[in-house]
Amino acid sequence: MSITLRNIRKDYDQNTEVLKDVSVKVETGEFFVIVGPSGCGKSTLLRMIAGLTPITGGEVQIDDQVVNELPPKARKLTMVFQNYALYPFLSVWDNVAFGLKARKLDSADIKQRVDNALKMVSLTKLRKRKPRELSGGQRQRVALARAVASDAKICLMDEPLSNLDAQLRIKMRQEIYALQRKLGLTLIYVTHDQVEAMTMADHIMVLHDKHVQQIGTPSEIYQTPANDFVAKFFGTPQINILPAKRSADNDHILNVSSDLEIALNQPVPAENLKIGVRPDDFKIERADGVSSNAVVKNTEFLGNETIVYATMNSGSDIHVVVDGQVAFRSYEPVKVTASSKLLFFDQNGNRINLAKEALVHA
Amino acid sequence: MNIVAKPKLSHTILNYILLIVLAAVVLGPFLIGLWTSFLPTMDIAKGNFLSLHLSLQNYIDAFTQTPIIRYLGNSLFISVATMIAQLIFCSMSAYAFVFLKFKYRNFLFGLFLATMMLPFEAEIIPNFTTVKALGLLNTYSVMIIPFLTSAFGTFMLRQSFLQMPAELKEAADIEGLGHFQFYWKIALPYNKISLLTLGAYSFLGAWNQYLWPMLTTFSNAYRPVQNGLRQLQSEETFNDWGMIQATAAIVVIPTLIVLFVGQHYFKSGMNEGAVK
Amino acid sequence: MLKSPASSQTKPLAVNQTKQRTKTTFALNAKDKYYAWIFLGPSLLILSVFIFYPMIKTLYLSLFLTNTVGKPTVFVGLSNYISLLTSADYLSSLGVTMVYVFAVTILTIAIGLVLANYASKELAGIGIFRTLFSATMGVSVSVAAIFWLFIFNPSTGFLSLISTWLHLPQIGWLTDPTAAMIAVTITTVWMNLGFTFLILLGAIQSVPTTLYEAANVEGASPRYQFLHITIPMISPTLFFVSIITLIEAFKSFGLIDLMTKGGPTNATNMLVYRIYKDAFYSGNFAQASAESIILTAIIALFTWLQFKILEKRVNY
Repeated sequence: MSITLRNIRKDYDQNTEVLKDVSVKVETGEFFVIVGPSGCGKSTLLRMIAGLTPITGGEVQIDDQVVNELPPKARKLTMVFQNYALYPFLSVWDNVAFGLKARKLDSADIKQRVDNALKMVSLTKLRKRKPRELSGGQRQRVALARAVASDAKICLMDEPLSNLDAQLRIKMRQEIYALQRKLGLTLIYVTHDQVEAMTMADHIMVLHDKHVQQIGTPSEIYQTPANDFVAKFFGTPQINILPAKRSADNDHILNVSSDLEIALNQPVPAENLKIGVRPDDFKIERADGVSSNAVVKNTEFLGNETIVYATMNSGSDIHVVVDGQVAFRSYEPVKVTASSKLLFFDQNGNRINLAKEALVHA
Repeated sequence: MNIVAKPKLSHTILNYILLIVLAAVVLGPFLIGLWTSFLPTMDIAKGNFLSLHLSLQNYIDAFTQTPIIRYLGNSLFISVATMIAQLIFCSMSAYAFVFLKFKYRNFLFGLFLATMMLPFEAEIIPNFTTVKALGLLNTYSVMIIPFLTSAFGTFMLRQSFLQMPAELKEAADIEGLGHFQFYWKIALPYNKISLLTLGAYSFLGAWNQYLWPMLTTFSNAYRPVQNGLRQLQSEETFNDWGMIQATAAIVVIPTLIVLFVGQHYFKSGMNEGAVK
Repeated sequence: MLKSPASSQTKPLAVNQTKQRTKTTFALNAKDKYYAWIFLGPSLLILSVFIFYPMIKTLYLSLFLTNTVGKPTVFVGLSNYISLLTSADYLSSLGVTMVYVFAVTILTIAIGLVLANYASKELAGIGIFRTLFSATMGVSVSVAAIFWLFIFNPSTGFLSLISTWLHLPQIGWLTDPTAAMIAVTITTVWMNLGFTFLILLGAIQSVPTTLYEAANVEGASPRYQFLHITIPMISPTLFFVSIITLIEAFKSFGLIDLMTKGGPTNATNMLVYRIYKDAFYSGNFAQASAESIILTAIIALFTWLQFKILEKRVNY
């Protein structure tokens, strides 16, 4: 079952536009993640696909059928909600069976499907418990079992892991991924967490400011972000974005706010640029006052690496990830250098595809 | 609750029709009463319900020929006094049950709870004897004193006080606030919503008293409005339907206005009491 | 003056004082005893005089014969109760009250639920309907009685007019025993609606919307959702309002006095009205006391039931 969105628009009233011109095709069996900061309209988009929120403009198509006017139940899909939407007065088993009973399925069929689904999420032993007697992760699994039991081939998930603690989130991430692969579900997954998007998705859609910023595989999104917003959204710690321009003397040299120069093996465009440097692409070393171009503010030791926060002489703040443990004192002068592994953006933030060579270097 | 992609127009219209019908059923008695209050009794008696002789004469008669204003005033005074007293005494006893430690506390609280099971209606005989012996018959006091406090109010405010964060009391202890200061400056303001609810509840309770005032008042000087209306019906105005409806309208309209204005507070408060 | 017991107990040493006060939250404190008297005293006094004492006194009177001014004369044990419970007249009152109480409760809840369900829909202008549906909360017993007495009035009333226009047989609403019971029941239900509606509406609105959304996605019809989500989710509130309504109906007095005076032929002679008549008309204080104790027992039973349900209110 594939899902096609064509120029989807959503207004809440005449003046507040929430989403604009969203188009994408989600292929059968794909793990598709919609990601963006809170308030970007990603949940609204999911609810429009589900049929819970009316569509203002454009078309939602499932396989060959336009479903804009169909009620949710006619769309043959399931949905896992952020708060799981479990019925507190029903046991685990009955929660999973709820939709099947509502559709008046044969009771032997219901039993088989529910038992199977509970087995698949390893909840068979807890089938008689009420939701309040379950831990967060177990509740999450009940919600998953409900999706499994329904037999629908499209599953929508709205921030399903956001109510879990960090450790559980990693575990459930793996379980959801395994389940999706095993059942061959077409899964549309909404999250604000770039790590979830990067680790699970076949394709990612980045939403921001009412618009689709980029659609691509995780590696495309990371390596060739469409703009500085996408570049900043993926990767921790965040990418450093600094103003830069062509050196006056040499068009192969990039001058980064007079703090440092980077030699490229191709000409630099004449316009004013912004460059993106991932924190581990900077190098940092002690220097005396003459050769230094930055001052250390503080360092954070994380075990296998250290994040160094520094202020360039021009006043730009940067952060650099250094392997292992390094000991810089605060206010210690340092020299920061960068490789040519850079991302280039124009003044509007759109990425400039400078040169293949630059990437080859990297 | 009924969420679909696009609710069908016919469905929406059907919902509105149903709502209007339900509203008509609920409001019917009001509307009939209000309508007849503008009609001359002659027309009502002749069954001329759709008469167009509308006038305010019934209201003028009600104000000038009956002590309805006096009744309303009596009720207002009794209800406000009862409300204030209950707010003070119920909150004080609730405070004792939550913030004070003393012997027999649980026993006493159990006694309070037990009184909620005892209907006042079943105790009118000795109570009548008591107020008679105290010389309270036919006074305002007789309708206020037995209701100065209530077990229900105490129970409700106790639940509310219990939900205050313990840190508030601890912080007050550290700053050296005494019990009276903590009660007055922190406990009461913190539980405003519950107090508001209890206030409304006790006011309405006093306003709607019927049996007790009927037993203990005999003159229009002290008679509250519920019994006053009964008095009017049993007097010579027995068949003057127009005027009787006017008196009912005079009594109900202010309450409705207060209710509609205060509904927002009332609803949230009641649900807190009932559901939480 | 209020401070004096405190200062006499504690040394005015700041550190000392802080320590002592902090402990009040956790342990018995000698000073609290005095405060307890001040805070609890007024309520305790009122309840003692007007609730505890009369209850004991009523119980006491119910075991005696009384003279016309209510003074006990001869101890008769339980014979007042026995004669009551073997009197066809009293049993009929009990029966009438039961029919009334259960009819009122069932109808109030059913109609209140219908109102609350429709008023919970998210439609434009729904707030107006919510306000209108709650309107009867502002109606006191005597006003309700006047409105409905006119509607039920045999000669000039609204229903009799309608019957005339439609050429239907006239019903003696307040003169026929069955019709009078129906009339009183309708009026009580109408009075109850506003309060019941508001409570049920609040309960329905507090059901998380995602439960309905999940059910929608899974293909449950609106009817199925109402029966299998709304009703179970609000069942604690349903129990609560039912018991409240039930208890209030047992205590009905005003409407009976205003509309039927217990008649016709005792058809609406409910328990409280009976107590009033037996005590203050017939001067039979002993019997009225026994009736009061029976009423108390019934109401105490339902109140206790209510506490039990409230205790484990989350029944899931």
